[in-house]
Amino acid sequence: MTQSSFTDQTAAPVIRMENVSKWFGSFQALHEVNLDVRNGERVVVCGPSGSGKSTLIRCINRLEVHQSGQIFVKGLEMTDNVKNIDTIRRNIGMVFQNFNLFPHLTVLENLTLGPMLTKQVKKSAAEELAMHFLRKVRIPEQAHKYPLQLSGGQQQRVAIARSLCMEPEIMLFDEPTSALDPEMIKEVLDTMIELAESGMTMIVVTHEMGFARTVADSVVFMADGRKIESAPPEEFFGNPREERTRAFLDQILKH
Amino acid sequence: MTSVSQHPVAKPAAYNPDAKIPALVWLKSNLFSSVWQSLLTVIVAAVLIRFCWFVLDWGVINAVFYTADPDTCRAATGACWAVIVEKHRPMLFGLYPYAEHWRLVLMMVIYLVTIVVSLSPRFWNLRLLVPLWIVATSAIGVLMFGGVFGLRYVPTSEWGGLPLTMLLFTGTVLIGMPIAVLLALGRRAPLPVARSVSVVFIEALRGVPLITILFVAVNVFPLFLPAGVEVNKLLRITIGIAIFFACYQAEVIRGGLQAIPRGQYEAAASISLSYWQTTRRIILPQALRICLPAITNHIIAAMKNTSFVIIIGLFDILTATTAVMQDPLWRSFYIEAYLFVALVYLFFGYALSLYARQVEKWIASGRI
Repeated sequence: MTQSSFTDQTAAPVIRMENVSKWFGSFQALHEVNLDVRNGERVVVCGPSGSGKSTLIRCINRLEVHQSGQIFVKGLEMTDNVKNIDTIRRNIGMVFQNFNLFPHLTVLENLTLGPMLTKQVKKSAAEELAMHFLRKVRIPEQAHKYPLQLSGGQQQRVAIARSLCMEPEIMLFDEPTSALDPEMIKEVLDTMIELAESGMTMIVVTHEMGFARTVADSVVFMADGRKIESAPPEEFFGNPREERTRAFLDQILKH
Repeated sequence: MTSVSQHPVAKPAAYNPDAKIPALVWLKSNLFSSVWQSLLTVIVAAVLIRFCWFVLDWGVINAVFYTADPDTCRAATGACWAVIVEKHRPMLFGLYPYAEHWRLVLMMVIYLVTIVVSLSPRFWNLRLLVPLWIVATSAIGVLMFGGVFGLRYVPTSEWGGLPLTMLLFTGTVLIGMPIAVLLALGRRAPLPVARSVSVVFIEALRGVPLITILFVAVNVFPLFLPAGVEVNKLLRITIGIAIFFACYQAEVIRGGLQAIPRGQYEAAASISLSYWQTTRRIILPQALRICLPAITNHIIAAMKNTSFVIIIGLFDILTATTAVMQDPLWRSFYIEAYLFVALVYLFFGYALSLYARQVEKWIASGRI
């Protein structure tokens, strides 16, 4: 019951995708995808590789440009308008599969760069904010190291903290644990679970079905660039409607 | 193989990482490990010994170090270093008025101090460097030109020697590097106009010999200026060398830019950094670190390209030496004079590469 207590079912969605299509050259990566995400909702997107799930969330903060359909974030439409892109990106944090930390900057500098450059936060205040989030992800002692001196799990937690320093309302996770060694997956998932419990709106592309089961409000299954089905986790795992979903779940839940 | 247990092998000594390798063992494994290697060692040693003996015999034992009389040199079988003692002032300072040479010495001291300070990370602080450069460039300007404080006015056409080489080189790098960065960025810019301008600029100028660019800067460029307007020849030639330098350097920097993974741009975009913020704070620092060895390469080449000022009749250190060696009394000792000039170039070139190596170490240790 507590799971969806942050979700306000009546309010307008914070993210609304309407018939979004995307082509890479002549290859269609997204086929008229519709998706609504409400404030505080946790959505897990899964599907076989090449199904367009990463492309889907990369369209939301315009790391990829969709060619048809509409994307609204907090009512603002994502178009070529540079000002809109900037406003939307300030509201959305993103965590990547390969962390993408800035290797020439220390952990602390990675975290303070965004607030200092885009929000004119003073250095001391930015550092205070950075240390706050480093404590949240439980690695304040690594603040003065360089990213490559950390383990993969630590780097990914720094990346999460870097996004949080921008104080976003929505967080996108693009396979955040896929590049990690098994023993490090848990520490990153734990951080994400804490974040979910704090009420953050999250869209997570992942193969971690345990995470989906415990954290998600809804699970979206994609294949061949289409949204095949979307349901709350109990229904999705217990009684999938579509044949393709069943086949996919059979494959990844077998062992 | 069956009786291993009957012949127990002596337990090998524990490995000691700090143990010194005995000299004979080292010689055997590094210089005489096979017949061919021994032969090669002997031949190389023979050539080296012969060469060192020649240098010692010609350069030291039979050399003349100090004399005002060229005949003393002619009588000796060794080198005549006296020619350098005798002619060092016109070689080092060119046509600059003889009585004013102290100004150039002072200028070089100020120049070297400024450069050394600017290159040390501990002084990398704009509040120190900006005033330093303002003071240093004004002081150097006053010393070189004169015309104030009772100093005699010396036009750029009389500048020469090592100070001229230093100024040309510094000007080339200071003007050329920003152009190079802009051209490299332009070539990868999202705007098609910036891209085509950069490509045309780089390809057109890179395909032309430096001497042609200098010829255009000196002889053709003034034709396009309205009558009465004149741009200083020395400035024109500095910009010419700088642009040539920039075109090569731009391609080096582009290589560095291409090595930056796409994820870095995406991460920067995800924290809503603008194009210029991303370029300046994320991309360029990494790209320049990657291509630092190649950048150094072109900077050293630029130092030597300054000798092309010969085509506008300015006497940099090389041309000044050639001119000085026209003196019939001393002209037969041109080898010693040119060896001296080579040593000066070597000194600056080697200092640059040592510094670049130090910078690579600083980067590796995360200091910069």
